[in-house]
Amino acid sequence: MTIQDQNQTQNARPRVWIALVPLAAFAAIALLFFFRLGAGDPSKLPSALIGKAAPDTALPALATLTGPNGPTPGLDPAAFKGAVTVVNVWASWCIPCHEEAPLFMKLAQDKRFRVVGVNYKDQPEKALGFLKRYGNPFAAVGVDANGRAGIEWGVYGVPETFVVGRDGVIAYKLVGPLTPDNIDSVLMKEIDKALAKG
Amino acid sequence: MIPEIGHYALILALAVSLAQSIVPLVGARTHDPVLMDVGTKGAYAQFALMCVSFGALATAYGQSDFSVTSVFENSHSLMPAIYKFTSLWGNHEGSMLLWVMILALFGALVAAFGANVPTTLKATVLAVQSWIAALFYLFILITSNPFTRLDPAPAQGRDLNPILQDMGLAIHPPLLYVGYVGFSISFSFAVGALIEGRIDAAWARWVRPWVLLAWIFLTLGIAMGSYWAYYTLGWGGWWFWDPVENASFMPWLAGTALLHSALVMEKREALKVWTILLAILTFSLSLIGTFIVRSGVLTSVHAFASDPSRGVFILAILALLIGGALALYAWRAPSLRQGGLFAPISREGALVLNNLLLSTATATVFVGTLYPLALEAATGAKISVGAPFFNLTFAPLFVPILIAMPFGPLLAWKRGDLAGAAQRMMFAYVVGALGVLVAFALQGKPAIALLAIGLGFYVIAGSLAELIERSGLFRVPFANALHRARGLPRSTWGTMFAHIGLGLTLIGIVCETAWGVETIGAYKPGATIPIGGYEMKFEGLTPRKGPNFTADVARMTVVRDGREIGVMEPSKRAFATRSMNTSEAALMTRGLGQLYVALGDINDDQTTTIRVYWKPFVLLIWIGGLFMAFGGTLSLSDRRLRVGAPKMARNRAHAETAA
Repeated sequence: MTIQDQNQTQNARPRVWIALVPLAAFAAIALLFFFRLGAGDPSKLPSALIGKAAPDTALPALATLTGPNGPTPGLDPAAFKGAVTVVNVWASWCIPCHEEAPLFMKLAQDKRFRVVGVNYKDQPEKALGFLKRYGNPFAAVGVDANGRAGIEWGVYGVPETFVVGRDGVIAYKLVGPLTPDNIDSVLMKEIDKALAKG
Repeated sequence: MIPEIGHYALILALAVSLAQSIVPLVGARTHDPVLMDVGTKGAYAQFALMCVSFGALATAYGQSDFSVTSVFENSHSLMPAIYKFTSLWGNHEGSMLLWVMILALFGALVAAFGANVPTTLKATVLAVQSWIAALFYLFILITSNPFTRLDPAPAQGRDLNPILQDMGLAIHPPLLYVGYVGFSISFSFAVGALIEGRIDAAWARWVRPWVLLAWIFLTLGIAMGSYWAYYTLGWGGWWFWDPVENASFMPWLAGTALLHSALVMEKREALKVWTILLAILTFSLSLIGTFIVRSGVLTSVHAFASDPSRGVFILAILALLIGGALALYAWRAPSLRQGGLFAPISREGALVLNNLLLSTATATVFVGTLYPLALEAATGAKISVGAPFFNLTFAPLFVPILIAMPFGPLLAWKRGDLAGAAQRMMFAYVVGALGVLVAFALQGKPAIALLAIGLGFYVIAGSLAELIERSGLFRVPFANALHRARGLPRSTWGTMFAHIGLGLTLIGIVCETAWGVETIGAYKPGATIPIGGYEMKFEGLTPRKGPNFTADVARMTVVRDGREIGVMEPSKRAFATRSMNTSEAALMTRGLGQLYVALGDINDDQTTTIRVYWKPFVLLIWIGGLFMAFGGTLSLSDRRLRVGAPKMARNRAHAETAA
């Protein structure tokens, strides 16, 4: 009963091919795995709102928040027209927001676009404390106390960052915090694209 | 110092495994007993070294040594001692160490209990086992070292993920891993047989106990995991068709098929090439499960912190082990001698049907699990395949399995008598029909659930049919029947219990899905919630303090027919270190059903969101799992497997009377 007993297997030829089937199937699956590994985080969902106009929801300003040029205004959807805007949805209770806050300070130094914030389901005094601690990168901060605007924007969880083009259309959405890695490799690329679109 | 010893022991284990990967193979080729013995010695050495390594990490966790990164990230000095220990495997690095620890244990077990295996095959098997070990030691040392240090050492740890701070973590992963890793033995035996170029009935006899052992633990592991998810996730579900659940379910299905096909191979020398393939595929599915959980290609509630570089490494391991084994299979299998032919209506025919259906079921789960991945690769579309797909495809496949299952043991080997078996199943049809009637009288609808209950009763009664037949119950005096029943091989009893278990699980699933009730609402203290014939009075919330959390505990008085029967205390826990909340459901068992209460949000208007479920016969789902595992254990303790030789005369006599 050793493999030398090949005379036993008269119909060997078709069986050779059948025996290759599992290997071929596995090779296909392994290739699939290999290409999906580099494809990034599967928990990142594409936003259904990309390519659609930014929601038309005006949000009140954060009381007593002032910048160098007087009180920081709330979110006015009309202001999206004419300038590229980066919209950051954040909250003081959100831990990754604390990590990305210094990166937004850096981002806001670039004057080619506006950076605005949506303060999501937060308490005003805690939100003010947050901006005092890390600095305020936002040209405008809209308060979304009950999360209604978050629904309009399709927010799954904070932080999320949107890039809105000059035409007021959402060009990109980043789920999760800004990191030193993705700020240049992802977000700045999308901003540049939006700027180039004129 | 202790973590360094652990790290060093792991490196030594790698060194031993490299030697053990090659030397016994050379020994087997040259028939040198000294070289072959390196396999046995190496397996013991690896196990001893892994005990040191695992013990070192366990010590670090036990002493809350936060200078070890893994301990710092997953432990907290205020946690109860049991969770300090179990948090060892509540993270990627530690759980991999547990994985290789169990792998080394199985290697040592083969070395110790493989005395009846021919020395060359044993040496080859231990070498193959060592390839697996070497690859995983390398993986741990290069990408996931659990012994890395922090300097300076933090004063406090980051705490274990609160969902994992549960007894479930102490039980579920070790059971599951013993199951997963246990299938490595049948894999090594398959590869060993392909290298040696011989497979025969004896091969199946050596392998079957290992398959059984792994299968028992995997069954328990899955059942335990399901019960854990049920009581801990707070929405009363016990199976979610989540990718990681599927990853454990696929090896179970394939392992179940292997268990049955190995039986045919052992008794009839048939299905040899297929059994070898199944042995390879079962462990391959375990490995793919490991890959899916840890690489982050699919999202799941179970995912470890994922890291693509680890994913690439595991994928390389998969390519080497699975790809290598399947290539060897493609090369050798065509030249292996096929077993004998047999009539379709026979015990082996029934087992082939079982294998066809089980492997189709495995393939269905596999396709459902990986389809989103493939679709995204092809079109970029994001979809998720959920319960509807699996329920639609899986259920129709399992119905024929359940219908055919009781027939298997009643058919004789070689040439069975289907009409005779069908006749002897009369009793089962009657019980099944009674089941439908009882369910109809009690619940009325839906029709599909009534039929499924009938199927469950039929399976249970049908599984008893062989016992009744062979003990002569109802035909000979009761004492004689009892005596005969006691004399039956334990594997017969094992089959019966395992098959009954499947019937019990089915009944549990049907009752829970079709007749379970739930209510959800926002209630103020003093409110009464009626559910499934019970009344729950919400008495109010009280704050309480645990070792590393604070909790709001709700007090619910349960009333049945105006009489207070007990108090349930679901709670919401807040863990400060991770700023996470968990909801601890409260369960009250009534017969085989359970009342289930979980707290939702505590609202601003003094109300609390409360979910209440009544789940009739839900415990049968897991009791069925216990029956299956118990059946497996009985079968494993069968004399035939212990002695290693079948009791020819007795079996033949039975086969003839049955025919």
